[in-house]
Amino acid sequence: MAHVEHDVISGQNTTGHEWDGIKELNTPLPKWWVYVFWACVIWAIGYWIAMPTWPTTNGFTRGMLEYSSRGDLANELDIQKKARSQWLTKLEAASVEDIAKDKTLLNYALAGGKIAFGENCSACHGSGGVGVAGAYPRLADDEWIWGGTLEDIHQTIQYGVRNENGESRQSEMLAFGTGDTLDATQVDQLADYVLSLSSKTPAAGSPGEAIFAERCTACHAEGGVGTKELGAPALNNNIWLFKGDKESAKQGVVNQITKPRHGSMPAWAGRLDAATIKMLAVYVHSLGGGK
Amino acid sequence: MSVFKHHAKIETNVFFLAVGILLTVIVGGLVEVVPLFTIESTIEKVDGVRPYSPLEQAGRDIYVREGCYNCHSQMIRPFKDEVERYGHYSLAAESKYDHPFQWSSKRTGPDLARVGGKYTNDWHTRHLINPRDVVPESIMPGYPHLMRPLDTSKIAGNMTALKVVGVPYTDEQIKNAVANLKEQASLEATADSAVVQAYPKAKVGDFDGNPQVVSEMDALVAYLQVLGTMVDFTTVDHTKIQR
Repeated sequence: MAHVEHDVISGQNTTGHEWDGIKELNTPLPKWWVYVFWACVIWAIGYWIAMPTWPTTNGFTRGMLEYSSRGDLANELDIQKKARSQWLTKLEAASVEDIAKDKTLLNYALAGGKIAFGENCSACHGSGGVGVAGAYPRLADDEWIWGGTLEDIHQTIQYGVRNENGESRQSEMLAFGTGDTLDATQVDQLADYVLSLSSKTPAAGSPGEAIFAERCTACHAEGGVGTKELGAPALNNNIWLFKGDKESAKQGVVNQITKPRHGSMPAWAGRLDAATIKMLAVYVHSLGGGK
Repeated sequence: MSVFKHHAKIETNVFFLAVGILLTVIVGGLVEVVPLFTIESTIEKVDGVRPYSPLEQAGRDIYVREGCYNCHSQMIRPFKDEVERYGHYSLAAESKYDHPFQWSSKRTGPDLARVGGKYTNDWHTRHLINPRDVVPESIMPGYPHLMRPLDTSKIAGNMTALKVVGVPYTDEQIKNAVANLKEQASLEATADSAVVQAYPKAKVGDFDGNPQVVSEMDALVAYLQVLGTMVDFTTVDHTKIQR
């Protein structure tokens, strides 16, 4: 069959094949390539011994180094926790009021709270707490539905509003304008009065005032100042949570009287750790808390 | 090394060549197939993972149909920065009833593996209709068409197919698929409803703000709200899930 020849020019042998006088050189692979190939094979054997590689009947070989990506993560988190523990233990032990009083702790909490806010809260309340008109309250002002003290904010973040958590803030506004509650004229009069509350001159003596006194003051309080324990917002200002961009202020009030909408907020206890929630409370308070 | 110099002998002999090819294919095949036989030890043994309820499963089909996976992953990797942002890293067990899984590989938007419970139903609905309404800088497309009624005619068939590939739906669950689906999206449903008995911890209620219609939005939001919530990590023994 094959007739191997030595090629003088290249110094290599031929493979012995010949087609119409054309012969093929049998040039060996470059030495460096062959060495790298064998180095890879040896490396692979070392890797099998050192690292988790082979499946077994009840798991896999752990390897001499016992490497584990999840184990590495646990170690890294431990190290991080120790590095932060100086702050975190203080945050966990201190009440939110105490955090606000301690200047260095406050600085740490504000920085941490800002980051946690960006990831967890800004989806609804917007960057920097600007809120969404017609949906989610603005936090960067001094108007608070469920109270703006540090403790109130802390409570709201922990347990949320109108959710499945047993501790969450609960309340429900009744619908007026159906059944035997209020007729359309009365709703109209009431809406006019509610709007006048937010001006400097409430419409005293108007028919709406009487309806308001009878139906609304239990929650929204006299003069429409609101009751924070019930999440009944103040009506004596120009902040309207559920007024959409496209509707007039009056239409917004009428809608809320006849088909009340209720905001809800998830509970964060359990999802975020206690220290992070405290940092958030302090941060949110810094945006406009107080009342 | 001499044997390697004589490869021509193997290559020019049809019998040796056939045996050589067979051996190569066997090794290649084993490397691909053997790990599948060890899948039982790959899936962590944790409590709480259940098949999706019919409404959640319908929502999952919409998630796949709309191509959400093109921009959103469902895989929190075991890295410090990911765990800090999204929560506990994803377990294999958490997607064991996903066919196909939605781990994905691209994050134009954030990871969704633990988005369940993070936002309210109201937020999800607004955000899906027009993301810019709630997140002004968002580049996500709007999905207002999801407010149309959900086609429930295929859900029992889908569940039957999933059962064939190993999702442990009972005959009872498949029979009650449409009833369970409608119940989960109704205002009357409570934590004691039949759908919650059949699918523990399922979130119930009107998801999209329109209780008259069971819409595709209801299904998708129900699916999003269950993501990453099935395993209670406070009860997990971390030495058991270490890999």
